[in-house]
Amino acid sequence: MKRMTSFVRSALVAGLVLASGPALAAGESHGAPAERQDWTFGGLFGTYDENQLQRGFQIFREVCSSCHSANLLAFRNLEEDGGPGFTEGQVKALAAEYTVQDDTIEDGERPGIPADRWPNPFPDEFIAKAANNGVVPPDFSVLAKARSIESPFPIWIVNYFTAYQEGGPDYIYNLLTGYHEEAPEGVDIAPGQYYNEHFPGNKLSMAPPLADGIVDYEGDEVPETTEQYAKDVAAFMMWVADPHLVHRKETGFKVMLFLVLFAGLLYLAKRKLWTDVAH
Amino acid sequence: MAGQSTYKPSNGFTKWLDDRLPIMRLGYDSFVDFPTPRNLNYWWTFGGILTVCLGIQIVTGIILAMHYTPEATMAFNSVEHIRRDVNWGRIIQGTHAVGASMFFIAVYIHMFRGMYYGSYKAPREILWMLGVVIFLLMMATAFFGYVLPWGQMSFWGATVITNFFSAVPVVGDAILQLLRGGFAVDNPTLNRFFSLHYLLPFMIAGVVGLHIWALHVPGNNNPAGIPVKSKQDTVPFHPYYTLKDGFAIVVFLIPFAWFVFFAPDILGHADNYIPANSQVTPTHIVPEWYFLPFYAILRAITFNIGIPFTDITFIDSKLGGVIAMFGAIVVLFFLPWLDRSPVRSGGFRPMFKWFFWLQVISFIALGYLGSKPAEGTYVVFAQIFTAYYFAYFLIILPVLSRIETPKALPASISESVLKVEAKSATTA
Ligand code: HEC
Ligand code: HEM
Repeated sequence: MKRMTSFVRSALVAGLVLASGPALAAGESHGAPAERQDWTFGGLFGTYDENQLQRGFQIFREVCSSCHSANLLAFRNLEEDGGPGFTEGQVKALAAEYTVQDDTIEDGERPGIPADRWPNPFPDEFIAKAANNGVVPPDFSVLAKARSIESPFPIWIVNYFTAYQEGGPDYIYNLLTGYHEEAPEGVDIAPGQYYNEHFPGNKLSMAPPLADGIVDYEGDEVPETTEQYAKDVAAFMMWVADPHLVHRKETGFKVMLFLVLFAGLLYLAKRKLWTDVAH
Repeated sequence: MAGQSTYKPSNGFTKWLDDRLPIMRLGYDSFVDFPTPRNLNYWWTFGGILTVCLGIQIVTGIILAMHYTPEATMAFNSVEHIRRDVNWGRIIQGTHAVGASMFFIAVYIHMFRGMYYGSYKAPREILWMLGVVIFLLMMATAFFGYVLPWGQMSFWGATVITNFFSAVPVVGDAILQLLRGGFAVDNPTLNRFFSLHYLLPFMIAGVVGLHIWALHVPGNNNPAGIPVKSKQDTVPFHPYYTLKDGFAIVVFLIPFAWFVFFAPDILGHADNYIPANSQVTPTHIVPEWYFLPFYAILRAITFNIGIPFTDITFIDSKLGGVIAMFGAIVVLFFLPWLDRSPVRSGGFRPMFKWFFWLQVISFIALGYLGSKPAEGTYVVFAQIFTAYYFAYFLIILPVLSRIETPKALPASISESVLKVEAKSATTA
């Protein structure tokens, strides 16, 4: 038994140290340190909050989608389990509001159906660039996973134990709330650029897309502030990037439970088998 | 095979089969009746764990290949398609990606186990060298695999790593073009890497077969490092070690599943969720964590080697780095002949122990430095640890074998375990 605990101890240390590489690798300083937010989908037990996803979708639709595409998002995803929880009817009606390209029919255009992907705001990259200070606004499909924030030592070690995966939405929230009205002394900002303390290099070609009150939420429980909007849209973007998060975690619990119980049984069986064998 | 075969066919069919193809006998002798030292500790379970890892990678990989498209404009989205639209795709893909990391954690433990207990020494040199071959194949497989999702790190990692080969004198550029299928990393690179990524795991499986064959001739080494002398020293593999290995495998699967289900992206790099773009270079190109120690060695060579005080250079720093990096693995092939100490187990080598653990720490430190930019003190430390890495094999081990006085070895495995039992009985 003693030998086993010392083994477990060394194995843990070794595993930990080895596993820590990528955190270090990812930890490269860019903009100002970002502050972590509380997310309903964070941690082991986290799930998406349907209402928040619906609000986030509203912001995406009313604000961001005029510049950003979301090529991998289909209308039908909006009614799938673990998502914003729109009804089939709502999704059908929503899709029908959009006109989509379809090369297989005569005029090449028809009203959308739930199986269609989210339509692009710009017909091609060149037009997108021309409209946005020479930069194509990045696609939202996996953007929330393509960004992260830095975790200093020893936090990145803790991340392995808390399963911290919310660096993307944390970054997006900080970015959307991190504009300065004026660039600090000595920083030259070209026309079409905006100073943002969290963007690498600080010069962002996206005008502040949010402002207090620009989107009208249903009811009045939820504040209509930039911060609240930023949080809601960041949560929505996380869902777009990781639509099966809830199902994945639910399965995870069953698998972990099985493994732990099975390991316990095997341990008891093994101990019984070896009791009379000196080793 | 160690010992005589005790297989007895149980019925007419197995008897008939045994006379024609004694495959049941092979299985029985290798994995049921195989006499195994009774004192193996849990570090010996990693061979079995690695076998499971290989199996998991092959099974999940074959399923992924059914849905993946190895074409530069479609590869990224096809991986996303697997994650989003394929039934259980998120979990299969996550298992494969996390599995690569778990595989390397296990293989590093397995190798350091061998180094501590002197498992590379006679009569297990071939077994060890086959292990090094497996390790090389694993690194190649992992590298090719990481390119397939065709994200920014895939693309730029492939660019940086294939670029090493251009350092080779004379034929460097030809090798580089052959690897890439052109002048730059592009669709042909992706196609050939996919093909190789599918091929190599089966080569690994083949070499693992040889590895286990080479294990079953001399039999397992053990923590005491002394050979099996009598039947008292061993227990049959089944059920004793099938159960012990089985337990260890399931325990290993717990952190594995933790990552797959709760943090599938934590071991990777966020930049790889950005589609490959040859026009935009990421600020820091870092390889996967399991390559970092070797990456640090590569970048530690920042100086040219030539005749001092002249402009004559024989080996420039780029080639020097590549030589050092490959040398760090090649030196492992010679390990059985560099360490001449007749005592295998580090447990009986008072001086060796210190240098061994320093090597482990130094290797981990190299991993850390590999993740940092190659500048300032990082480089100096990388150079110190690189020097120690090589000194351990080329100087320390050969010298230790001459000057060290090992502790007295137990007369036999059974005696050593009885002693341990007696001791814990009196202290308990
Ligand atoms: C007027 C067009 C426009 C609108 C509206 C817009 N964006 Fe952007 N966005 C851009 C452009 C252009 C960029 C690229 C900026 C750059 O790289 O300098 C960008 C970049 C981004 C980035 C990536 C920053 C990085 O780290 O590279 C995020 C995240 C983002 N936008 C989120 C949003 C969200 C959320 C909304 C809606 C609330 C939104 N954007 C609305 C034009 C827009
Ligand atoms: C796919 C990768 C590998 C697999 C599946 C594998 C499998 C195994 C198995 C099943 C054993 C017997 C059980 C044990 O001792 O743990 C073993 C033993 C051994 N392996 Fe590996 N191995 C792999 C890689 C390596 C590598 C990379 C090395 C070294 C460079 C290595 C060196 C050894 C040695 C020296 C032994 C004998 C250990 C002893 O008996 O003390 N193996 N391997």
